[in-house]
Amino acid sequence: MEVMAISQISPDQVVYWQWKFVTINATLVYTWLVMFILVFGSWLVTRRLSPTIHSSRWQNFLEVVVSGIKGEIDEVSKGEAGHYLPFIGTLFLFIALANLLAIVPGYVAPTASLTTTAALAICVFIAVPLYGIAKQGIGEYLKEYFRPTFIFFPFHVMGELSRTLALTVRLFGNIMSHEKVIAILLSVTPLFFPVAMQILGLLIGLIQAYIFSILAMVYIASATQVHAEHEK
Amino acid sequence: MDSATFIAMASIIAAGLCMGIGSLGPGLGQGRAVQSALSSMAQQPDERNSITRTLFVGLAMIESLAIYCFVISMILIFANPFWNYVIKKIGG
Repeated sequence: MEVMAISQISPDQVVYWQWKFVTINATLVYTWLVMFILVFGSWLVTRRLSPTIHSSRWQNFLEVVVSGIKGEIDEVSKGEAGHYLPFIGTLFLFIALANLLAIVPGYVAPTASLTTTAALAICVFIAVPLYGIAKQGIGEYLKEYFRPTFIFFPFHVMGELSRTLALTVRLFGNIMSHEKVIAILLSVTPLFFPVAMQILGLLIGLIQAYIFSILAMVYIASATQVHAEHEK
Repeated sequence: MDSATFIAMASIIAAGLCMGIGSLGPGLGQGRAVQSALSSMAQQPDERNSITRTLFVGLAMIESLAIYCFVISMILIFANPFWNYVIKKIGG
């Protein structure tokens, strides 16, 4: 049942199919699985939406999830959740589902691979200046880099780069370390103790999804709101 | 002692030391953060939501230091660049 050997630290190393430079590994396959579940599931639920209070239980569930995410974004961005909900909500739902599916036997979380987390963090890295420029214009956004004086320019740039690296490594390290701990425990004390660790892993997975999306939201808010605070 | 044995021994010891010393500081820091968050939650239960959110963001920041140490020790054990170099030199 084990997909990965103990000495393999990344699902990238499990190769299912290879043709010249095109490689299909476990990370890709399980990312596609998560994407398929998200897209197909939401298509299935939103096919018949009902505006009355007599809605189906799945519509109820999605409404709870979406309004929960919206409330969290509202508190950080001071009431402009509509702009950021598609991006932040997608990040949260993808990471949460990718981590929570770990209770299915034979599944390897794609977030345990450095490539997936790097891709997600680069999305945040690109989205922060985009939202900042859309909010306050390109001149005002670039001026933020030279505040308070021009000496601070390299520190701002290094801050942007290092927090992207931190986002990447945090998610990767948490999920990968958890999978390794379970694999090692399975070979040392089988049956009971790994199950307890799996339950802890569900909590860790959800918290990491929360932290990733709330940090992305905090970064975006810091890029869009500094100017507004200066004007006050 | 040949160089392959020496590299293996050094990287295993370094991985253990890195994890042990590297988790000391973040452990102390997270303890202090949770302690003050708990006491402020006890004083002002109404502010529970914003305190919890700030606490999680702060914990994630502190925790990333320990995660860096963990990744370094994983690299030392599973993907050691010097080890591969020595093996290649011996093999070919």
